[in-house]
Formats: sequence, C-alpha cells, structure tokens
Amino acid sequence: MIEFRNVTKRFPDGTVAVDSFDLVIPSRRTTVFVGSSGCGKTTLLRMINRMVEPTSGTVEIDGEDVAAKQGVALRRSIGYVMQNGGLMPHFTVAENIATVPRLNGRTRRAARARALELMDVVGLDTAMADRYPSQLSGGQQQRVGVARGLAADPNILLMDEPFGAVDPIVRAELQRELIRLQRDLDKTVVFVTHDVDEAFLLGDQVAILAEGARRLQVGSPSEITENPADDFVAAFIGADRGKRALRVKQTPRGRVLVDAEGRTQGVLVEGEG
Amino acid sequence: MNLLADAFAWLFAPEQWTGPNALQHLLAQQLSFTATAVAIAALIAVPLGWAIGHTGRGREVAVAFSGAARAVPSFGLLVLLVLVFGVLRKPEAATVTFVILAIPSLLAGAYAGFEAIDRRVVDAARAVGMTGAQILWRVEIPLGLPLLVAGFRSAVLQVVATVTIAAYVNLGGLGLPIITGLSLRRYEVVLGGAILVALLALVLDALFALAQRAAVPHGIRADQGHPTGRRLDPEPAAPATPDTADTHP
Amino acid sequence: MDWVSENLDLIGSLTLEHLRQSVIAIAAGFALSLPLGWVAWRYRLLRGWVITVTGLLYTIPSLALLMILPVVAGYPATSETNLVIALTIYAIAIMVRAVTDGLDSVDPAVRRSATAVGYGAARRFWAVDLPLAGPVILAGLRVTAVSTISLATVGILVGVTNLGYLFTNGLQRRIVPEVLAGIVAVAVIALLIDLALMAAGRTLMPWARGAAPARRSAAEAAS
Repeated sequence: MIEFRNVTKRFPDGTVAVDSFDLVIPSRRTTVFVGSSGCGKTTLLRMINRMVEPTSGTVEIDGEDVAAKQGVALRRSIGYVMQNGGLMPHFTVAENIATVPRLNGRTRRAARARALELMDVVGLDTAMADRYPSQLSGGQQQRVGVARGLAADPNILLMDEPFGAVDPIVRAELQRELIRLQRDLDKTVVFVTHDVDEAFLLGDQVAILAEGARRLQVGSPSEITENPADDFVAAFIGADRGKRALRVKQTPRGRVLVDAEGRTQGVLVEGEG
Repeated sequence: MNLLADAFAWLFAPEQWTGPNALQHLLAQQLSFTATAVAIAALIAVPLGWAIGHTGRGREVAVAFSGAARAVPSFGLLVLLVLVFGVLRKPEAATVTFVILAIPSLLAGAYAGFEAIDRRVVDAARAVGMTGAQILWRVEIPLGLPLLVAGFRSAVLQVVATVTIAAYVNLGGLGLPIITGLSLRRYEVVLGGAILVALLALVLDALFALAQRAAVPHGIRADQGHPTGRRLDPEPAAPATPDTADTHP
Repeated sequence: MDWVSENLDLIGSLTLEHLRQSVIAIAAGFALSLPLGWVAWRYRLLRGWVITVTGLLYTIPSLALLMILPVVAGYPATSETNLVIALTIYAIAIMVRAVTDGLDSVDPAVRRSATAVGYGAARRFWAVDLPLAGPVILAGLRVTAVSTISLATVGILVGVTNLGYLFTNGLQRRIVPEVLAGIVAVAVIALLIDLALMAAGRTLMPWARGAAPARRSAAEAAS
C-alpha cells in the first residue's frame, strides 16, 4: 500500500505542482493518474521513488515514510518504466534489462539469465538480447523498458506515460500485454497517462486530476462512468459522446446499443455479465 | 613552382636528417611540446568540464572564460610569458601558453559531451537507482566521449599550430626552418618547413578523426545500418547523436 | 606603463591597421561562405567535399599557410594580401560549416508551409531559410570574428604590420608593457566586434533572443 498524506510540492520557481494531496493506493492493484499535461501527475509518481522530494507532507510505502529510506536503494527496489523506455543507448537489450540486478551486485551471468527470462515474460524474442535499442522498433523498446522495470522483481511498478510515443495499434497491443502481465505478476502498479481510455482500460482505481494535482474524482472506472462527480469530469471522460454515451435501440432481433452519432456499438444481452 | 621543387629537394636532402637540428628531432620536439601541454590541460579541463556537465552549474563561467581565452592572441601570450618568466624558463613559459590555449576546447568538449546526452537517458539512469557516480561513469562519460575526443582534436591542432610559432622565441620545433629560413631569405627552407608542419597537422587531424569515430559507443553507431538491425515501426525513437566538433588553425 | 602613454599614437595606428585587415577578412569570409554553405547544404554530393576541403584548410597551421599560399598563388609572402587571404580562408572554414548547420536547423515544416503559401525558391531562401538560419550563422560569425582578430597577429612573422608588431618589437626590446598593450588591444577589439555582432543580431533577429543555446555550445566546441 502506498499512501500520500497531505503532500505538497512547490518548485523553486514558485509553481505549485502538487497542493495538499491525499490518496491511498491499494496493493496488487493498478492505480492510474489521469489528467492533462502539467497537472502534477508525473510529479506525484516521482515522489514515490524519491526522484522528487515533497515540500511538505509524507509518502509512505506499507506504513514507512519513503523519506527515511536511502533514495538509491529505494529506486532499485521499485520498477520504473518511462516513455520510449528510457533505455541506455549504449547498452544492449540484455544489458539494459539487467541494469538493476547488476547494480544490486548480481554476477554478469546471473543478471543475463534473468534478462533472458524477462524477455520471455514480456514477449520479446531472446534472439534480440544482443541488439542495441536503436535497432528495435518503438514497441520493442517499450517492452524492454517494461522488462527492465520488472528485473529486480519489485513489488511496485511505476509507469510514466509508457505507451505515449508508440502508434495506436502497437499501443493497444502493449496495453493488452500489460493487463496479462498484471494478472500473472500481481504488482502494485501506478500508471500515469493523459488518455482517459487507457486509464479506464488499465486501472482498477482511477484518479482524475486537475492542475496542482487537485483530485477531481477517485474511483473505479465503473463508478466514475456511472456517477461522474461533476460536469467537468463528465466532459473529461467523454460521458456525453462517443462510445461512452450509448442509448438502447429496439431492432426486430432484439435491443442494441447505439452511440451519440447513431453507430451501433453492440448488442444488449440480458442478465448479469 | 621551382621553389616547390627546391623545397622538396631540401626536405629530402640527407643533411636535413642528421645533426642536432635534424628534422626528426624538430618533429619530436614539436610533438613532445604538444603532448605535454595537452596532457596538462586535460588534467585541469576534463574533470572541470565533466563537473560542469554533470551538475549543470558553472557553465556561464566556463563559456565566458573560453570566449575571453579565444580573444587572447596566443602569439602575444607566448611572448609575454617568455619575457615574464625570463630567458632561462622559456620552455615553461611556452608550455603555460599552450596549456591555456588548449583548455577552452577541452573544457567545451567535456561539458558539451554531457549536454548532448538525451536528458531522458540520464533521468532513466537515476530512476533505476544508479548513484551519482554510477551515472557519471556508466552513462555520461561513455556517451559524452565522442565530443570529448572532438575537443582533444581541436586542442591538439591549435597547440600544434602554435608550437610552430614557438621557434620565434628559439624553442625549436618544426617552426625553426620557417623562422630561420625567413631571416636568411632561403624560401625553399621556409616552404619545406611549412609543408612538413601542414602534413603533421593533417596526419594528426586524420588520427583524431579515426579516434572520434572509435569513441562513439556501440549502439549509437549500430543505428547506421547494422546488418541485423531491423526496424518494424516506421519511426523508432532515434538516440541523440551528438554534433561532431571540428578543428582550429 | 610609461611606454604605453608615450606610444599611444603607435598603438592607435596599429589598431586601425589590424582592424582593417581583420574586418576585410571577416567580411570576405562571410560573403563567400553564404553561397558555399548554401551549395553544400543544397547538394548532398558536394556537401562532403566542401566540408572536408574547408576542414582540411582549417587544420593547416597559420604560419605554414602564410608560407605556402604565396608560392601557390604567386604573390609576395610579405604583402598584406597574403595575410588577408589566409585569414579569409580560415574564416570560410568556420563559416561554411555554420551556414550549412544553420540551414539544417530550419524546421522543415516551416519550409514546407512557406512553399505551401506560395513562396518561390529564391524568395523563400531570402525571406524564410536565411533569417531562420540566422542565429546559428551569427554564432559562427562571432567565433570567426574573434579568432580572426586574434590570429591576425601572426602576420608580423611574415612582415605584415599590425598589432603583432608590438609582440616582436616588445620581445626584442624586452618591454613587457608593450607586449601587454598588444594583447589587451587585440582582446578589446575582439570583444567590441563581438558585442557589435551580438547587438546587430538582436536588432535583425528579434525573434531569436535567447534562442539556440544548444547550437551555440556546438559552435563553441567546434572552435
């Protein structure tokens, strides 16, 4: 469990990125911070592994204040995945994945074995182990980034807009893969995105944030869709349009669901799903 | 063009290659001055440049210093230091001049190398739990190496050019035939010396060009058409390839 | 410092000589680099050649170039022409690179949109490409100006009189203030020309104030 208690972050230039933020992030679930750029969501994420220090308030992991831990050791114990993978361009795929085990003092051989194992887990052909990031596609680089995040078998995985730079088809594939991984691995995932669809697809808990990391609404995707806190949230999640504004239409063969533009989105099936 | 033929005749005459002022001795003097000065300058400038690049602090000071150093004519500085240090300390005076001359290029090469690294790479290194020292040695220094070597290239060429002028204050080197030839009005000697100096500079430049290529880490080189390099996405993220710095007279 | 106060006339006239020789070389180098740089940027095949040849010329030590050029071109080594041409060659070597880098730095989207709204090729070059390449070209020009002014002193070794005279004369007569005065005069005119170029840049390119710091550092590393 990760807990933010009254956390504020004021940068030296005076901007308040996070203003008195409270949130409990449950273990072994995926929590997504969603909001437009500059809302402080990445700052929140980076306070969990002490990449950013809060100006006031505390961030706790399982009841322990992260400020009491050594930053470097803390970061090695938490997986971190960033946009474009954030890979070392001069390390091979295997070396990139094995970075943290090597930093933790594992032998080269053991770290490489672990890297190959993880390539399997994230769906990368182990034949690519000795290639460099520049020789991979964007999607493959992103998988390497995920594998590196998992290499030290952390309980917590932080993901900062990891799929922001890949094309929509690859992104959908990576999202499905992450859902599968999360089912198998059961990590506490904290995910940052500006894409509401991605947030609702991946999140068990979604926090919709506005400037200064102000909480507009926190809940499961169903709760938010069924009962948006206000008009702004409703507009932000697109409750009044597209595939989230469906109405029932009677057809000779039964009832179907139609979106605001009149396109049929699916068939209504009676009974509990 | 007869002069050119005379110059080559002078260059290849056996007497130029024997005695105390034999060309190979002058060449050795030229190279040892250059190597000593660049080595001392590197000991000062490289750690300093790395510190500036790593912390991001002190850049303005370094830029101002480099700009000022460039405006100071090295010939004048050489003469001034020879007068100030005294006739007996000429080699020291010359070495100090060359060190001052070499510092700006090395300093700029060191910090520009770090600045050319994609900030996200350094950020990622920190995010996976590298310490400051690990980021420096495993990420910043290897990725910044090509521009540092470019800095060495430009420093060496600047110093080698200025060592030629050192003959004017009787310090030997390959400038000696040029300076003495001028005062004796023996232009084939002047031209022969000039050709030798130019060749030396071109050879050094070529060697450093090779070193610069060799300094590019694997993986950054690999994105230029590696046989196994297969790109599936139309636009894979390209790593930052640092601008290669050039040389100086 | 008595020497300085007694010889202000000499310092003044040498400074003017020095300035004249340098400014001609800087201006000629700039004027020749624009077309050369454009050709190198526009025609990929020529690019490698132009950059390599100018780079190699740049490598040749000044004293050597001052001796070889007269033989190749057939004018006396002791003439002012010799010094100005050598300085122009060094200026071109820096500037051509700056011009191609500058044109490279222009966002292709801006160029495409200029074409799309109906600029012809020549008009677009003067109205869009050149101004936008301006900050990088200016950075190169500033480096060129300062190093040309400082390098010009070597001219005295082949007998061309300018502020370098204070160095050779000062050494022969062992007058430290004379040499120091020469160094200070060179540094001051280099600084003034640099400030003038910076001011000109601010006036001519108001959109670029404080821009292109990364390019600037590349230009610094290159010199």
